[in-house]
Order: sequence, then C-alpha cells, then structure tokens
Amino acid sequence: MTLPGFPDAAPVAGLGGGVLIGLAAALMLLGAGRIAGVLGIAARAFGIADSALPRAQAFAFLVGLPLGTLVVMRLTGDPAPAFAGPLPLIVAGLLVGIGTRLGSGCTSGHGVCGMSRLSQRSLVAVATFMATGFATVAAMNALGIAVLP
Amino acid sequence: MIRALVVPLVSGTIFGAGLTIGGMTDPARVRGFLDLFGDWDPTLAFVMGGAVAVMAIAWAIQRRMQRPALAEAFSLPDRSDITVPLIAGSALFGVGWAIAGLCPGPAFAALAIDPLAAAIFLAAMLAGMAIARPFEARG
Repeated sequence: MTLPGFPDAAPVAGLGGGVLIGLAAALMLLGAGRIAGVLGIAARAFGIADSALPRAQAFAFLVGLPLGTLVVMRLTGDPAPAFAGPLPLIVAGLLVGIGTRLGSGCTSGHGVCGMSRLSQRSLVAVATFMATGFATVAAMNALGIAVLP
Repeated sequence: MIRALVVPLVSGTIFGAGLTIGGMTDPARVRGFLDLFGDWDPTLAFVMGGAVAVMAIAWAIQRRMQRPALAEAFSLPDRSDITVPLIAGSALFGVGWAIAGLCPGPAFAALAIDPLAAAIFLAAMLAGMAIARPFEARG
C-alpha cells in the first residue's frame, strides 16, 4: 500500500515497525519499570552514567537490538541499506553522543517514551531535534553535500 | 539473575525488529524523512505514531500499577524543567542525526547490517557521550 503523493513512502511497514517499538518499550516499562531510552541504556552499559538499571540488563537490551534486526533482514531478504563513509559517521556520531547526553535523551527516550506521556521536556526536545534535522538536510541539499551513496 | 536479563533482551530484540521493519535502520529513509523541504518521505512519522500510540496505552496501564510486573519498583524520569542543555543538546543531536541518518537505537541495530559503519558511528557516539559528561547535571 502506498500513500497518495508519496510513492516512496511505506506507511504500513512504518506503522507496523512503530507498533513493535511501542510494544518493546511497553515491555520495559511495565515489566522492568524502566524507560526504553536507548541513549540512557547505552550510557549505563558503557559506564558513562549511573542509573538504577543493572548493567547486565542494559547490555542485554543493547544485544537484542542487532538480533532483532538480523531476524528481520533474514526473513525479508531485503538488500542491506547503504551507510555514510567514515568521516561523516565520526562527525555525526560525536554530535549525536554529545547532543543526546546534554539533551538527556534521543528519539526513543524523548520521542517514544516521553511524548507518549506528554512530558514537556520531551516535547521541547523532539521539536528541537526535528527542526535542526530538517534544517541540516536542507542546508546539505543547498550546499550539494551528499553523504549517502 | 539470568531471569532478569530476559525482559531487556526480549524488549531489545523486538525493538530492533521494529526499527528495521519501520525503516529506521536505513539512513536513506531517515534522510528522506528529514528532507521536509525537498523530496519528503513521511514513513518515519508512521513509525513514531505507532510507537507513541502503543506507549500511551502502556502509560495508562502503568498509572494503575503499584509496581512493575517483574521488578521491585518503577524508576522513571520525573523532571519537567526546560533548560538550556536540553535545547542545545537536542539541537546538536538533530544535526548529527541528519548528517548520517543514524540515531542511537538504529546505530546498535545496524551492527547486524554493516558492522564496520555501525562500529565507527558508535565509537564516535560513545566518545561524544563521554565528552559531554562534565557539562551535565547543571540544569
């Protein structure tokens, strides 16, 4: 199924993937009593921040992420997507690491877990990173910078 | 001890599957979503909509629970103050997200797709997190 006016969009896959992400976050919340914010979990796993989440549990969550992806890639047989080269990956990684720590969260913590409880901080964070994301892609387009193959 | 790992491992696995089905582990898909003023691809809005809808129900259930099903107590963020680091950090995150089309969850998930690219991004991300540490918790 496609979206009128957006031939490349995959709304059904998007919604299905989103529901799975929501179920995963709900399992962490209602089962373990924690926020499924990947940034915070990664910080805990790698000793960058202290939190009540036991370190082994933080690692278990992170190990699960590529496992789930591997299963989907095997089942669908979809071609592997292309990634940026080393330099943009390093610049982007630094910005994402610094930014999400200062901003106390990423797309999962602020986006999925925070917005769904109408957290003021999360709504402001999401509006901000969406705005600078839109502006950055627009600027890269204007300057003719192509990072992806 | 081992039992306690089941919930995060299963949650992470479902999370990773959802990220890939929804297109979050494809940098071109992310870039298309952020290309609002060009060739916009709204797919990720459906990902976020689906995830937020399910989590809104989960929060409604959580408010009626004394404690989590498999742990001693809830441990949840409770801040509500809008601060300069919140906005400045989120602004930087948006720029980084747009450059490579990766945010933290999909970056870990991408270890199953392109281990080298994912590892380079994750190493830089962890370095950035360590760099930011002295500037945290000042409001």
